[in-house]
Amino acid sequence: MRMNGAQAVLESLKKEGVDLVFGYPGGVVLKLYDEIYKMKFPNILTGHEQGAVHAADGYARATGKVGVVIATSGPGAANLITGIATANMDSVPLVCITGQVASHAIGKDSFQEVDVCGITAPITKHNYLVKDVEELPRVIREAFFIARTGRPAPVCIDIAANVFNTEFDFEYPEEINLRGYTGENTGDESSIDAVVEAVEKADYPLIFAGGGVVISETSNVLREILDRLGCPCTSTLMGLGSIEPEREGYLGFAGMHGSYGSNMAIQNCDLLICVGMRFSDRVTGKVADFAPNAKIVHFEIDPAEVNKNVQVDYKVLGDLKWSLPIFRDKLNASATDFAKKFNSWRAYSVEIGNKHPFSYKPDGDVIKPGALISKISDLCDANTIAVTDVGQHQMWAAQFFKTQAPRQFLTSGGLGTMGFGLPAAMGAKLACPEKNVVLFTGDGSIMMNIQELATIADHDIDVKVVIVHNNILGMVGQWQRLFYNHHYSASELNLKRDFIKIAEAMGVRGYRLTKAEELEDKLPEILFSKGAAVIDVIVPQDENVLPMVPGGKRLDQMVLN
Amino acid sequence: MQKFLLAVLVDNKPGVLTHVAGLISRRAFNIESISAGYTEEPSVTRINIVVSVESENELDQVVNQLGKLIDVIKIVNLSKAPSIERELVMIKIKASKENRADLVSVVDIFRAKIVDVTSENVIIELTGNQQKIDAICEVLSDYEIVEIARTGAIALSRGPIPVKKM
Repeated sequence: MRMNGAQAVLESLKKEGVDLVFGYPGGVVLKLYDEIYKMKFPNILTGHEQGAVHAADGYARATGKVGVVIATSGPGAANLITGIATANMDSVPLVCITGQVASHAIGKDSFQEVDVCGITAPITKHNYLVKDVEELPRVIREAFFIARTGRPAPVCIDIAANVFNTEFDFEYPEEINLRGYTGENTGDESSIDAVVEAVEKADYPLIFAGGGVVISETSNVLREILDRLGCPCTSTLMGLGSIEPEREGYLGFAGMHGSYGSNMAIQNCDLLICVGMRFSDRVTGKVADFAPNAKIVHFEIDPAEVNKNVQVDYKVLGDLKWSLPIFRDKLNASATDFAKKFNSWRAYSVEIGNKHPFSYKPDGDVIKPGALISKISDLCDANTIAVTDVGQHQMWAAQFFKTQAPRQFLTSGGLGTMGFGLPAAMGAKLACPEKNVVLFTGDGSIMMNIQELATIADHDIDVKVVIVHNNILGMVGQWQRLFYNHHYSASELNLKRDFIKIAEAMGVRGYRLTKAEELEDKLPEILFSKGAAVIDVIVPQDENVLPMVPGGKRLDQMVLN
Repeated sequence: MQKFLLAVLVDNKPGVLTHVAGLISRRAFNIESISAGYTEEPSVTRINIVVSVESENELDQVVNQLGKLIDVIKIVNLSKAPSIERELVMIKIKASKENRADLVSVVDIFRAKIVDVTSENVIIELTGNQQKIDAICEVLSDYEIVEIARTGAIALSRGPIPVKKM
């Protein structure tokens, strides 16, 4: 079919099943936006390119589909960088389409020129510069394939301006020819036999679920494995939702602000079965003393993650979609009565955990962050998507919000990007209009992409924005309180900002809660009212997130109170 | 520190060398040398990398990280296979009438070649493994070396099986 490059981009997106893009126009993508206009292709105009890329990220995290973002050259592309890095660290599939200056102008420091491929190489799985329109269909086909297969990640396609205007015979390729990449990840089945044997020999096994379980959509299989084994289990921050919080033996999430029970179980177990995780420094504490008594098993799709931070004893390379069902079947075929064997160890782990559960001390009228998030968690149904920004509120959300299912706790775990929350919540709501979406943010984080309040108002995107408002950059303040002699350097926030007025000015309703009883009287009504709302909740400034494993300490050296 | 020579076959596309070199630097791996060139297949470039690592585990990390690059087709550690390794060096040395004869004898001993002579200097070319090249550089340090250009090591496996089929 005869068409120009801009039409070819949109036709290719349709072929990939894309029904919505997030983007911001500009000089070199005017032709593309003209075709978007003519074709009525759904595009959400955000307030900032960073908002667009985080929105595409939230869309992708909530669904597993590839999120698509469009930006113009130069500053448009550069504004995507934080969002691309965020998605890359958390293995989120994105295709980022950026305009580039015309082919003949590349390399001349032209107006709004930036080397997108150069800048994005370290933070993408792959990138392309398209200077010839004939390459466009193949490149888009490959980009989507690379982004969503294997370990998902962002892919950038930088398209020279002249490509959009050039006519050619469009044909979308069926076949993909990548000599160095198959997208298939089937491993060696005997590696699973070795793990089954290790489980049969173990006395104190612990299952540790990471974000890979969420991404590979194997949480049901993992739950069946847990049913069979009856051993205790924990998850990483990114793995929240992979195990149901009510499960007997689920100890909460592990790591720096994880539960006492999880961290102690990791240090005490004799077999740590890690599933789809990458041993982040927030998870391991002092890495040399991580799980000192355990043989470590690593189920992992990415060979480069095995033995990167922690040396493992058993590796099962391959997609969890392949390995976990085999592991389950082999465990089911074993003669060992695992549940009976591990029963007392599970009970012991739970008992240890119960000594120091996630908690907060009620204090009269004051709203404690833990009380706020617990209350919201109780009010929300099991399909609610919780989104967070980054900081203290993020950890409180992880501790107190009971995430029931995968893809329902969206957080910037690896990069820790403040400003992620609001646009990501917007993307998640657009992806899952039938689900309630609650954003937990802070008075620091919300300011980093607050312009997107206007976007959610313009598009009637029903996101409930809960600002855990403590007048400080809380996590920075916590570290300054604990390790820097209470020097609140550049962390205290000005008291004059009024989030209700900001919300109303952008077209969103605003509410403020200041007293504990308002969690009962006012909160439910606001939470279940139709349409977006900002809920500004005033909490104490000096509340710490606990427990906490200080930097460089072992997981069992937690500060508890 | 141990050195290993990796033969990396990659798609012959723009930006590939940037991807490979960028990955090595941002993962904080040490490279001794890197060189790239065309191969018997027009669509494939061969990158020869000498990495210097603390342990086999670090070497695995280099290989696994490189393996994640979409453009990378194949990686073979030629230091672990029977292989022939060569490097080319050119050395420009100040040479007067008085010491030129001495230089010629050094060149002969190393089976190097003098490829350019002017009234003030000579350029010596030598092909060999890294030890041999290090050795001639050492001997020639008695003279006034103006400049040195080395290609970095390249290698081929011995026997009939090429790297792409290993």
